[in-house]
Amino acid sequence: MRPQRGMTGERMGGALALAFILGFVALALVPLLRFGSAGGLDAQIVGVLKFTLLQASLSTLLSVVFGAVVALSVARRPQLVGRVWLLRFMAAPMGLPALAAAFGVLAVWGREGVFNSVLSFFGVATKFNVYGMTGILVAHTFFNIPLAARLFTAALDRFPPTYWKLAANLGLGRVSLFRLVEGPALMAALPGVAGLIFMLCATSFTLVLTLGGGPAATTLEVAIYQALKFDFEPGRAVFLVLVQVVLTGLVLLFLAAFPTPAEERAQQGAGIRRFDGGSLVSKVWDGAVILVFLIFCGAPFVAILVDGLRADFPHLLADPLFWRALSTSAALGLSAGLLALILSWLIAVARISTASRVFAGGLDAGGSLILLTPPIVLSTGWFLWLKGGGGFAPYVLVAVINALMALPFSLRVLQPAVLSHFERTRRLSQSLGLTGFQRLRIIDAPALSRPLLMAFFFALALSLGDLGAVALFGGEGFVTLPWLIYARLGSYRTTDAAALTLILAAVCMAFAVLGTPSDRRQGEAGR
Amino acid sequence: MMQAIEVSGVGLTLGDHRFGFDLVVPAGAFVAVTGPSGAGKSTLFNILAGFEAPDEGRVLIGGQDMASVPPGKRPVSLVFQDNNLFAHLDIFTNVALGVSPSLRLDTVGRAAVSSALSRVGLSGFEKRMPGTLSGGERQRAAFARALVRKRPIMLLDEPFAALDPELRHQMGDLLGALHRDEGFTVLMITHDRDEARRLADRFILVEAGHVAAQGAIADLPVPQGG
Repeated sequence: MRPQRGMTGERMGGALALAFILGFVALALVPLLRFGSAGGLDAQIVGVLKFTLLQASLSTLLSVVFGAVVALSVARRPQLVGRVWLLRFMAAPMGLPALAAAFGVLAVWGREGVFNSVLSFFGVATKFNVYGMTGILVAHTFFNIPLAARLFTAALDRFPPTYWKLAANLGLGRVSLFRLVEGPALMAALPGVAGLIFMLCATSFTLVLTLGGGPAATTLEVAIYQALKFDFEPGRAVFLVLVQVVLTGLVLLFLAAFPTPAEERAQQGAGIRRFDGGSLVSKVWDGAVILVFLIFCGAPFVAILVDGLRADFPHLLADPLFWRALSTSAALGLSAGLLALILSWLIAVARISTASRVFAGGLDAGGSLILLTPPIVLSTGWFLWLKGGGGFAPYVLVAVINALMALPFSLRVLQPAVLSHFERTRRLSQSLGLTGFQRLRIIDAPALSRPLLMAFFFALALSLGDLGAVALFGGEGFVTLPWLIYARLGSYRTTDAAALTLILAAVCMAFAVLGTPSDRRQGEAGR
Repeated sequence: MMQAIEVSGVGLTLGDHRFGFDLVVPAGAFVAVTGPSGAGKSTLFNILAGFEAPDEGRVLIGGQDMASVPPGKRPVSLVFQDNNLFAHLDIFTNVALGVSPSLRLDTVGRAAVSSALSRVGLSGFEKRMPGTLSGGERQRAAFARALVRKRPIMLLDEPFAALDPELRHQMGDLLGALHRDEGFTVLMITHDRDEARRLADRFILVEAGHVAAQGAIADLPVPQGG
């Protein structure tokens, strides 16, 4: 779109948003640089780095392999009953707060969990120990197998329907079909999918904190937290932060070289039909794959629900600490949601109003800066500024960090919506002399309310479930719902934790659904 | 004369739509399949190609009952309006799939691919990717694959619909020449009655899920109301 004069307000707003983000991040980096990093790559840090990379690589490998297996089976069954719901279910773990997932994983795979009950029922004496690498992998695959499966299924479903007819007509066998048709589709999507999952696993904080279970299984993020919270070695934390930023920077560079994995499917009028899944063996295989997938990824949800419903709600509701945590979380979530809405609006509007490539690039970078400097990095910097105190400031900081965490996602929804809206209405608004706040109120707000609300709800859900930004500041004086769950889990008050987890999971999932673009089109294609 | 295709008493229900087909196609004929949109032309092709199993009736191709013959074993080749080539495979590979679905080609097979490509005017296109070809060139490549498959029947579902009129004419000439030289039986869905009269010697008119008329092209009814 050609930028026009008279749009200075829009550009100003974007510059303001950008200045805010850059200022916030820069201020966090100042104390980091001033403190200077103490120590270098000693054996322990090398160990942490190695473990971070190893767990992220293994998590990625397992997620991608099993995700592909599931996707092949789901894609082979376009007429599967409930397929739309299966695809929606694949998106569900993403809406679940990491802490709730950790609780669910523990309920299924932990010492007293379902899996160990099954083992002992069959007379197996040894208990399955989930803590450490195993737990991290189980939790990461719980989140990322569905993610990979969803993206790979979309990649396979995006082929024109004639491909499957041609493959059948040409008599491509199982092996040829995989080698020549399915395989290339998966391979094309692989770098984007694997890079995304690696990024998520390399910067995963909550799951490693709760399931790592010791110094042997610590990632950079958790090591930063421990260096500050328990050892109070800021210099060491700063060094770890530098390593972390270099690592995320490298992964982002890798990701930038590949297209973002697309979730939407081709808009083919006719639904997809596959002709290669007719044999009994193939039906049994696909059925088994989908069933195992549903059990693996569904069990933690069921566990959260069952344990939560069995918990002592009256006791919990009588606890003033619960109400304090709830109100703090609500206030944080609403603030983060509002801030995310404002920032993404300002950035999206400025992005389409500027002709300057540098400014546009700056806006893009600002919107996803949080990926380079993860929450733990920002909160470390601000933690050092405030020296652990700061009165009201930590609340503001956490809300801002949560809002920044939501930006890369909300912009992905909002930007295209803003672009097409302005293309449709700009000339008309100008000819009617509608500008500034009037245009915002009459033209823009109604038309863009849906994507704007999505940005709001997405940030709200993210903030409600977040432990990463709160972790350093959390304590007696600053209690959020996730923090309370974490504390209760730590003191083995699991029934409280179960009830809290159920509440948190339900609320976050509900808001996450409101914050996610609807998949009506997928539904139509899947019938 | 031997019948290439005999469809008798075939019935099929898809959702709310009921289809019933009875038709014969003599070997070596070039049949224009016409009729309004949604009348069931593509469904007829789906039945012939094995993508739909009829609820009742018999489909004979080359005198053989097709009931238990899977799509890949049927003596038919398909060409659609577009997306006939796998976009991630080069032209040679796309055509070679017609020789061997597992791409095990000997020198004879490779020579067959090259000669088919030159037959349709695509010599030297072997290493090109489909995305770099024009729409007409992609359809030529699809014909080349049909040539190397050597299946006696070609089912063409509006193969020229995405092309502009002049190119359409050229491609029609190419198809006519291939039909004369190779002796295929051709069934082509088309909405263009002039094209049908120019290329075909027979017609099948499909209306409301049934064969409304069939015969020599000269008897193709003039549509009421244009």
